Amino acid sequence: MINLRRNKDLAAVEGRRIGLDSIMTVLAFVLLLVIVVIPISMIIYNAFFFEGKFTFGLIVDQLTRSTTMSSMWNTVKIGGLVTLFGTIVGVFYAWLLGRSNIPGKKLMRSLFTIPYMFPPFLGAMAWDLLLNGRSGYLNRWLMQTFNLSSAPLNINTVWGIVFVEISYYFPFVFMQVVSALERMDPTLEESARIAGAKQGTVIRTITLPLVVPAISAGALLILISSLAHFGVPAILGFSQGIFTLPTRIFAVISRSGGSFEGIRQAAALSILLVIVVALALLLQRKVLSSGGYDIIKGKSMRPTLINLRGARIPLFIVALVTLVVIVIVPLVMIFLVGLVRAYGLPLRPENFTLANYARIFTTSGTVDSIKNSLVLAISAGVISMVLGTLIAYVVQKIKPKGTGVLEILSVLPYSIPGTVLAIGVILAWSGSLRVNLYNTLWIILVAYIARYLSFSMKTSSAALLQVHPSLEEAARTCGATHTESLKDITLPLIRPAMISGFFLIFLPAMREVTTSVLLYGPYTRTLGVQIYSLRDAGMMPQAAALGSVAIVLIIVINAIVNAITADRKGV
Amino acid sequence: MAQVQVQLKNVTKRFVTKTLGDIVAVDNFNFEVYEGECFSILGPSGCGKTTALRMIAGFEDLTEGEIFLGGRPVSSSRDKLYVPPEERDLGMVFQAFAVWPHKNVFENVAYPLRIKKVPRPEIERRVKEALHHTSLTGLERVYPSDLSGGQQQRIALARSIVTNPKVMLLDEPLSNLDPHLRETMRFELKELQSKFGFTIIFVTHDQSEAMAISDRMLVADMGKIMQIDTPENLYNRPINRFVHSFLGESTFLNVVIKDGKVYAKGDMEHPLDVEAPANAEPEMVLATRPNAIELTADIGYQTHVQTRIFLTDRTEYVVPIGNQTLKVQTPHRITFSQGESCSVRFVEPMWYPVEDAEAEKERQRRQLI
Repeated sequence: MINLRRNKDLAAVEGRRIGLDSIMTVLAFVLLLVIVVIPISMIIYNAFFFEGKFTFGLIVDQLTRSTTMSSMWNTVKIGGLVTLFGTIVGVFYAWLLGRSNIPGKKLMRSLFTIPYMFPPFLGAMAWDLLLNGRSGYLNRWLMQTFNLSSAPLNINTVWGIVFVEISYYFPFVFMQVVSALERMDPTLEESARIAGAKQGTVIRTITLPLVVPAISAGALLILISSLAHFGVPAILGFSQGIFTLPTRIFAVISRSGGSFEGIRQAAALSILLVIVVALALLLQRKVLSSGGYDIIKGKSMRPTLINLRGARIPLFIVALVTLVVIVIVPLVMIFLVGLVRAYGLPLRPENFTLANYARIFTTSGTVDSIKNSLVLAISAGVISMVLGTLIAYVVQKIKPKGTGVLEILSVLPYSIPGTVLAIGVILAWSGSLRVNLYNTLWIILVAYIARYLSFSMKTSSAALLQVHPSLEEAARTCGATHTESLKDITLPLIRPAMISGFFLIFLPAMREVTTSVLLYGPYTRTLGVQIYSLRDAGMMPQAAALGSVAIVLIIVINAIVNAITADRKGV
Repeated sequence: MAQVQVQLKNVTKRFVTKTLGDIVAVDNFNFEVYEGECFSILGPSGCGKTTALRMIAGFEDLTEGEIFLGGRPVSSSRDKLYVPPEERDLGMVFQAFAVWPHKNVFENVAYPLRIKKVPRPEIERRVKEALHHTSLTGLERVYPSDLSGGQQQRIALARSIVTNPKVMLLDEPLSNLDPHLRETMRFELKELQSKFGFTIIFVTHDQSEAMAISDRMLVADMGKIMQIDTPENLYNRPINRFVHSFLGESTFLNVVIKDGKVYAKGDMEHPLDVEAPANAEPEMVLATRPNAIELTADIGYQTHVQTRIFLTDRTEYVVPIGNQTLKVQTPHRITFSQGESCSVRFVEPMWYPVEDAEAEKERQRRQLI
């Protein structure tokens, strides 16, 4: 506590003299006002005010439509199911790989995190190619082989959407729980065994309750992500008329052709989506209102591994099959369909061609989309990295009045669905405030920055917390001014965190669809949008080929990042 | 008389907190530190010692008062003067060393000179000299994370002496080291001081460390200066019960003084073998050191040995007196067995008024901050 006041005090003293801190503080507030507050206020204004008067009319109008109600219900149903099953799958595999003697743990662990970087909408595309109710490859093979009159499996259902989302979202829980299990003090479990509890009882009464905070943190991430998710329901649901709130908002916007009425409807739907997300968060907090226990030691310890005995090999096979189904099958499918001459032809070598890939680099729209995504991802990464660090510095070190507000504002967009954010950006920056960025890359950039700012702000914050105040103070007693001590000491120390913050933004921005699909113009298609449109236009092989390029790009960049971060000096 | 190097005049620092109300962290500090002196500020956590040091360093402004460094005012509430830390020309060593992990040993030590835009050959020369004096020669290109705690501490020392400052501020610089290393570093610090002649202000909560290193010490409690004196005088003539208990081992006895005789509380029949002090109050605290009590067979207050503990360099006894117990330390040659009857006699004890409960409450409140 004293430290907190100390910093404030010094800041006040210096504010009188130099004002660097006050400049940064003001800048942080202004930036968040422009990036976060204005778009969100515009949604609220447009949803509740009509011709300058306050009204619930728009919301009520939306609520009385059956399409809205069914979308809401689908959103909640899919979100709930994905969270439930994703959590179960995540915890099960976390325990299996973290605490049992299953073979091949190390390799499987890295494979289990692949879905984390694989764009879910590409996975949905792959499953659609396999299990589409009418034309899926696997369905047709099954029908031929077993002489069935109709397709046995159909991915274009609510359950299909749930399945695909689970396979991409369970790593949230998996990774949280694995690390909690690893850091848990093993004597906690051992003393339960000494007390006479059987292995199963220990897992149920000791291990699981102790990792509940980790589970609920992961489950929360799944819930927020799934409720706001656009890609999977868009690809699997549209053809069957299955809508969630994010896809309904997209449909309303694209059907209205950009008319103001459509955008206002979208604003009202956005409010509903935000309410659904907020309610879900509240509910989850009620259900899992467990505080963090102080049982997890920071040091890495060697936990006792549980001998699976006879179940060892069967469980290994189950894990392997899971990996093949959720990682290998979609990947292979995308690559193979990318090779096929025409969609629908059997996947045999004689039908394969590289023409689809060649076309990617000769079609200007496609090349442009790759360029656009690179430009957007790099600029969003750099800008968010700088702004996030600036805000983190203000929050962690300067602590002005209203620090709490600053912190909330910077992480707020993270829990606001991308679709909603895009609507806010359209409302704010397409002329109504005398700034018109519509149909330019700028509007997409602004949306990306708002969306990803919290990523870099969090990593920089964590790094700044590690920089003990005495390091800067030592520089001051050595004769360095405030600016010099920032430049010579603090910035170099948090540089690795800033760089990883950049890649945390760069990677998801490269494959972004949710906001760009609402914001793109004729010349500002992004990679994700281009894949989506190619598929929408029925050009499956081209879409798959471009998808393969995207995947390779992501994997290569990820490998580079890992190589860079692996050998940096331990600071 | 040596020149005054650091001077605090009526320095007060107030914090406003939401949960605990206003806190006077430093309450009207007045003291001078002379050139070449080693001056310790000693006290329990929350006594204001670190705040005082940080005000001298310039990391905190003061609420009231003035601070002078080498006769030049650097903080003054009256003149609204505040000189930032980088313009105070001080050396400082922090508790956590504050060695920059992204700079190697040479760059850490060279930093203050680079900031001052000292020419390159001169930097080389002075860093080399500073490293020589701190036994770091040969480690120039090594990064701090590859060095031990003691070596990191030496980097911090080298960095603070490289500019040849007049005043060196040390904020518990030895508390992160193991006991053996602490002793070595203490010795080296004194060596450096005699070589360079800087003034040391040393903040610590470790009384034996302060005693070993200081020419004079300031003992503070709850934001107030209790006593400033040489280590010897502080130990032998502590001004109050707090200073007594803070330096060395103490044993206290609540006593009642009646008709010029002193009785331990709980036993009004047998007076203690000690003379009542001048202007005695009816109830007082008798304070002494466990090794300043004479334990004999029959001279003094009759009691018996309740517990006997044999230690390496002394024997420790607990003897009941009235409704209290007393700790007594004797050389090994004096032996009483458990339960054996014995007598205690006090040699030149100190007398303090009974401490009121309010003071204790205030101390606990401050511990919470």
